[in-house]
Amino acid sequence: MSTSLLKDGDPAPYRAGSAAQSFLDVRDLRIHFKTDDGIVKAVDGLTFQLERGETLGIVGESGSGKSVTSLGILGLHRRGSAKISGEVWLDGEELIGASPERVRTLRGAKMSMIFQDPLTAMHPYYTVGKQIIEAYRVHHKVSKADARRRAIEMLDRVGIPQPQKRVDDYPHQFSGGMRQRAMIAMSLVNNPQLLIADEPTTALDVTVQAQILDLIRDLQAEFNSAVIIITHDLGVVAEVADDILVMYGGKCVEHATAQDIFRRPEHPYAWGLLSSMPRVDREVRERLVPIKGNPPSLINLPNGCSFHPRCPYVERNGIPCKTVEPTLAEGTQDHSVACHIPPAERQAIFKSDIAPSL
Amino acid sequence: MINYILRRLVTAVALLVAVSAVTFLIFFAIPKAAGADPAQMYVGKSATPRDVEATRVKLGLDQPIYIQYGRFLKGIVAGRDYNNGPSVTHCSAPCFGYSFRTDREVWPLLIDRLPVTVSLALGAAVIWLLFGVAGGVISALRRGSIADRTAMIIALAGVSLPIYFTGLVAQQLFVHTWNIFEGGEYVNFKDDPAGWANKLFLAWVTLALLFAAQYTRLTRAQMLETMSEDYVRTARAKGLKERVVVGKHAMRSVLTPIVTIFGLDLGGLLGGAILTESVFSLPGIGRLSIDAVNVKDLPIILGVTLFGAFFIVIANLLVDLLYAVIDPRVRLS
Ligand SMILES: Nc1ncnc2c1ncn2[C@@H]1O[C@H](COP(=O)(O)OP(=O)(O)OP(=O)(O)O)[C@@H](O)[C@H]1O
Ligand code: SF4
Ligand SMILES: [Mg+2]
Repeated sequence: MSTSLLKDGDPAPYRAGSAAQSFLDVRDLRIHFKTDDGIVKAVDGLTFQLERGETLGIVGESGSGKSVTSLGILGLHRRGSAKISGEVWLDGEELIGASPERVRTLRGAKMSMIFQDPLTAMHPYYTVGKQIIEAYRVHHKVSKADARRRAIEMLDRVGIPQPQKRVDDYPHQFSGGMRQRAMIAMSLVNNPQLLIADEPTTALDVTVQAQILDLIRDLQAEFNSAVIIITHDLGVVAEVADDILVMYGGKCVEHATAQDIFRRPEHPYAWGLLSSMPRVDREVRERLVPIKGNPPSLINLPNGCSFHPRCPYVERNGIPCKTVEPTLAEGTQDHSVACHIPPAERQAIFKSDIAPSL
Repeated sequence: MINYILRRLVTAVALLVAVSAVTFLIFFAIPKAAGADPAQMYVGKSATPRDVEATRVKLGLDQPIYIQYGRFLKGIVAGRDYNNGPSVTHCSAPCFGYSFRTDREVWPLLIDRLPVTVSLALGAAVIWLLFGVAGGVISALRRGSIADRTAMIIALAGVSLPIYFTGLVAQQLFVHTWNIFEGGEYVNFKDDPAGWANKLFLAWVTLALLFAAQYTRLTRAQMLETMSEDYVRTARAKGLKERVVVGKHAMRSVLTPIVTIFGLDLGGLLGGAILTESVFSLPGIGRLSIDAVNVKDLPIILGVTLFGAFFIVIANLLVDLLYAVIDPRVRLS
C-alpha cells in the first residue's frame, strides 16, 4: 500500500484522480470474512466522504453491512478473520494501512462509536462511572478524581438525573434509554471529531428516540464533529442527516442529500424503504408496503443487480438487470444511483407511481 | 444483599442437616435392612454374643433410628456419652462418632489427618489454577495455533488418564529411576518444609494435571465466548490496549464460572483425595477412609463421609457468597 511510506505527521499525499480529501474519506472499502460456508462480502466497494459538522445517515436492511462498515472504520475487525482493503482517510491520515497501535490511540479519542445495544455493550461487572472514567483516562493523563468529575459532568450533559449518585450504578440498574445515554456519554467523553452512532435509538420508544437524536445533534453542533448515524429506519435520519447513503448487500445503491433521498429518490430499493417507512402523519397502516422478499445472501449475491430478485422493475424495457451489475453513476447534483433504468425514466416513475402513495 | 446472605446460610444449614440424615440412614438403616448387624460390625467378628449385645445397648443401636439420629446430632453439637451401666465412654463435642475398634473418637482422627489433605489439595490447587487458566487463555487467544493444539492434547490426556496410572508412572520415573524426589513417609510442614514439599510435589502435579486439564478446557471455552461479547468490543473501541481488554475486561467474566468450579473442586478434595493419597501413601483423610472401609470401621466411614459433605456444603456457601461479590447483578437484585 502506498501509504506505508508515510511517517506520522507527513502531510496527506496527493493522489492522482482524487478530489481534495474530506475530513473522513472512505474509498473503495471492502471487508470480507472467510467463513466455512464461503466468503462473506459484508462490505464491497464502499466510497463516501464526510466533513466535520456534517451528518451522514447510512440506511439499509438488517445484514446490509452497516455495522461492519463502522467497525471497519474504527479498526475493530480481527485481522485474522476479516480481509480488509481500500482506504479510510481520517483528517488526512490513512487508517487501513496504519499500525494497529496508531489506530488504537485514535480510537475512543478522535473517533468513537455508540453501539447498537447498550445493554450488551457495557460491561455488566463495572459501574457506569468506572467505564466512563476508564474511557477518559485511556487518552488523558488525569487523576481518578478528575476523571470521575468528568464522568459525572458527561452523565449530566446527556440528561441522566442525579448524576453524582447514578455514576456508581451498574448498567443493569439503568433503564434502556438511560443506558443509551450513558453509552453516548462514554463515547463523547473525549470530544471525538468523528462519531459513529450505530442504531442509537432502535430499542427505545419514540419519545426517548427523539431526545437521543436531539442530544447527538446538540453535541455535534458543540464540538463540530462529523457524525455517521446508522439505521434501518429512514425516519430516524430524516431530520438529522445532511446526506444519506442507502446500502444494499454490502454496496451503496444510492447516495444523495437527505432532501433528495426523501423528495427525489431514484433507486427502486430506496422507494421500497420509503414506502415501508411508518410516518406520524400517515395513519392508515395498510399503506405501509414492506419490500417483498428477503435480504440477499452475502456469500452468493445474485448476478447483475443484486436487488433484482426483489425489484418490481426488473428487466423493464429490456434492461440487463440479471446479468450486468449497474455501477453507481453520478446523476445530477451529487446524486448517485446504481440502477439500469435511465435517470429521466426513474424520476418519472417516482413521480407517477411512488410519490402519490407515500 | 443481607437477604441473599441469609437465604444462602439457611439453605446451607438445611443442606447440612439433610446430608447428615441421609448419610446416617445409609450407614445405620441399610446394613440392618440388608441383614447385617451394626453392633456386630462395631465389635468385629471375633466378639462373643454378649459383647455384641453390650455394644448394641451402649451405642443405642437398640433404639429407633430417629432417636439414634437425634443423639448423633446432639453429639456433634454438645458431645455425648456412650454408656452401658458402669462402662462409660465419653466423646466430646463435636462428636462425629466413636471408633470402638481403635478405641478413639472420630473427630480427632479427622483433625489429625486434615493437614495432610489440606496440604495436598491446596498445593495442587495452586498449580492447576495457574497452569489451567493460563493455558486456557493462551489457547483461546491463539486459537488454532500449535500452542493451542498442544495444550488441548495435553488437556485431553489429562482428563482421560487416571491418577493411579499417572501417579505410578510419575513415581516410578521421578523417584525410583531418576531419584529426583525422595519417596518415603510424609513429613509435616512445621518439622521440615523442604521435605514436606519434596514428598508432596509429585502428588501435587499428578492431581493438578487432572484438574488443570478441565480448567484449561473451561477457560478456553469461556474466553472464546467472552472475546466475542459486545462489551469486549466496547473496551477495544475505547482505545484500551489489548492487554487491558483481555486481562481486565475479558478475564473478569472468564473468572466467574472458574471461581464457582474451583470452590466446589476444592471443597470436594478437602473431604479426602482417596486415589492420590493411596497412590502416594499420604496419610490424609482419603487414606483414613480407605483404611476404615477395609476393616469396616463404620463410625470412621460415617465421620469421613459427613466431614467431606460438610466441606462441599461450605464450599457451596462460600461460592454463592463470592458470586455476589463478583457479580453486581446478583448482589443488587
Ligand atoms: N465477523 C464476521 N464473520 C462473518 N460474517 C460476519 C462477521 N461480522 C458480520 N458478518 C456478516 O456481515 C453481514 C453484515 O452484518 P452487519 O452487522 O454489518 O449488518 P447490519 O447492516 O449492521 O445489520 P443490522 O441492521 O442487523 O445491525 C451479516 O450478514 C453478518 O452475518
Ligand atoms: S438495476 Fe434493475 S433490478 Fe436493479 S434496481 Fe434497477 S431496475 Fe431494479
Ligand atoms: Mg448493525
